[in-house]
Amino acid sequence: MFKKILIANRGEIAVRVIRACRELGIASVAVYSDVDRASLHVRKADEAYHIGSPAAAESYLNFAKILNVAKRSGADAIHPGYGFLSENAKFAQACVDAGVKFIGPTAASMEMMGSKTRARQEMERAGVPFVPGTSKGLESAEQAEQVAAKIGYPVMLKAAAGGGGKGMRLVHTPEELKPALEAAQSEAERSFGDREVYVEKAIINPRHIEMQVLADEHGNTVYLGERECSIQRRHQKVLEESPSPIVDADMRRRMGEVAVRVARAAGYTNAGTVEFLVDEDKNFYFLEMNTRLQVEHPVTELITGLDLVHLQIRVAAGEKLPFRQEDVRIRGHAIECRIYAEDPDNNYFPSPGKITLLLLPSGPGIRRDSGMYEGWTVPIDYDPLLAKLIGYGTDRTQAISRLTRALHEYFVGGIKTNISLFRRILTDADFQAGRLDTGYLDRLLKSKPPEVRGGHPEVAAIAAGIFAILDPGSAAGNGNASPNLGSRTGDGTAASGWKRVARAESLGQK
Amino acid sequence: MVYDVTIDGKVYRLELERAEAGWRCRLDGRDIQMDAVLARRDVLSVLIGGKAYEIKREHTATDVHLWVGSVRYLAELRDPRSLHGRRGADADDKGPKKLLAPMPGKVVRVLIGEEQAVEAGQSILVVEAMKMQNEIKSPKKGTVRKIVAAEGANVNAGDVLAIVE
Repeated sequence: MFKKILIANRGEIAVRVIRACRELGIASVAVYSDVDRASLHVRKADEAYHIGSPAAAESYLNFAKILNVAKRSGADAIHPGYGFLSENAKFAQACVDAGVKFIGPTAASMEMMGSKTRARQEMERAGVPFVPGTSKGLESAEQAEQVAAKIGYPVMLKAAAGGGGKGMRLVHTPEELKPALEAAQSEAERSFGDREVYVEKAIINPRHIEMQVLADEHGNTVYLGERECSIQRRHQKVLEESPSPIVDADMRRRMGEVAVRVARAAGYTNAGTVEFLVDEDKNFYFLEMNTRLQVEHPVTELITGLDLVHLQIRVAAGEKLPFRQEDVRIRGHAIECRIYAEDPDNNYFPSPGKITLLLLPSGPGIRRDSGMYEGWTVPIDYDPLLAKLIGYGTDRTQAISRLTRALHEYFVGGIKTNISLFRRILTDADFQAGRLDTGYLDRLLKSKPPEVRGGHPEVAAIAAGIFAILDPGSAAGNGNASPNLGSRTGDGTAASGWKRVARAESLGQK
Repeated sequence: MVYDVTIDGKVYRLELERAEAGWRCRLDGRDIQMDAVLARRDVLSVLIGGKAYEIKREHTATDVHLWVGSVRYLAELRDPRSLHGRRGADADDKGPKKLLAPMPGKVVRVLIGEEQAVEAGQSILVVEAMKMQNEIKSPKKGTVRKIVAAEGANVNAGDVLAIVE
């Protein structure tokens, strides 16, 4: 087993991996950029080293700096988390060359799956069902037009190196194709340093369902159930659950067997995810394989009782999988909400800043994986994912009610978050009935929000006065008030603090 | 103490006084049986006629919000004896409108040139922050009078990006 693992990541996933290390008695090494010195992963690790400026290329994507820290600290393995270097085959190879174990698949598997066009070619050979389209990058707008005419509109343009919706365009008519192709190519270039874009038939409002796989280095590959990930905004997943409301035991077995075939065709080792598009008739098509731990891995952990990060580490250390396919049991239902720093009232713009107040949910069936704490300033430089709130129940209804309850306990002050969006999703009739597809969230957001029930403006009015008396200091902005009960002298401070606010507002209006 | 409290635009007259057992509270002339405890900074527990409420206070750069449970209210508190005037009437839809940066970030693209006509909701610029590209849309139909932020410019929340008239 490893003695020390370097975590080449930040935020909640770095904290997640550090926790697993501690549980396994392995020392953990964090790395951080200038703006992450005070981040939670640095506080929780056994060791932490500065690796550069906030730009990812200068820190979390910088091979040399990370490998240098591994050498200096004596780490014998690197866990890449998700994002950053997690799907970078060159980095995986650089780890091999440096004599450090990369906790993930081999560079060769990643290369095959990292290029979506190459993955399509290989899967075609392995007899895996996938959506009609090109298996090679488009060479010209004319070629794109020919292929699109053959497979029929609408079509989807996708970056070969893509992920997270970047370099992706839905095209309805031939006229839109050329500008969309150019936009997709330039976005792909900016996001991935690779202009290659291919085209496939767009399945309108499909479900997005993925299968977790896990393979050891001795030829054993298992699937660990599906995750329903249809609730997305701008191709970014927002809420995931397992099991999927539409997948029964037979469909799970068929999808799982295809996923295992995909993994074997890629010579895959460690944890990975095979994504499928599912149409209205429950036909499923191979979409891509994510060669890393997924953000949404906790829902699988809750329904299988397995710890995927422990298993990743053990498999990477050369151990055999400690169970067989027939030992995998799915029990209960789990739903994950991705808590993002973004403003639901302002088109979900990112909302970085200082977290001034944080009240956390707990109680039965609630798991929180978080990278934030009260007093921490969310930097603008990275992905806005703050934390994940996961609800577990014996069935879907109980998971929903526990999660809804927990979302009412959860409060993040000082920055905007999408917590209110989840309350809306979880109480929506279509969601509760499991009527989901990738267009679900856009439709929900376009519909009229439900009336706010149980509003108590008069309670707010009374509370405003009480705050002014009992807790005036922080109203004046010094954030350092003691609950100075009974102090009448506090009144003046409070009133002036609130007045300052009122005055600043009226100035801003002019 | 007497306060004029504005909650989401509605003004309440609040009279509060500490009494021997708790508080004496009148809201718009009505007596209210109420008890309140400051649980921690910015969090109050209020009991009114046996009903329990948890109230959170949140400060932003310009506003104070009070959350009663999961419902948010914009709150302003004034001492009616103070000389500060009321806020001016809200700006209407006529005249030039400023497009403000909703968050700190970088202008990655300007989609519309100056003196070009725009529809309400049409995208004028793209600002990138936290790896997300966000289109800044015109608040009204009109003409782009000025593009203030050039491509590549770093902007702070509240900076003027463009003016539409």
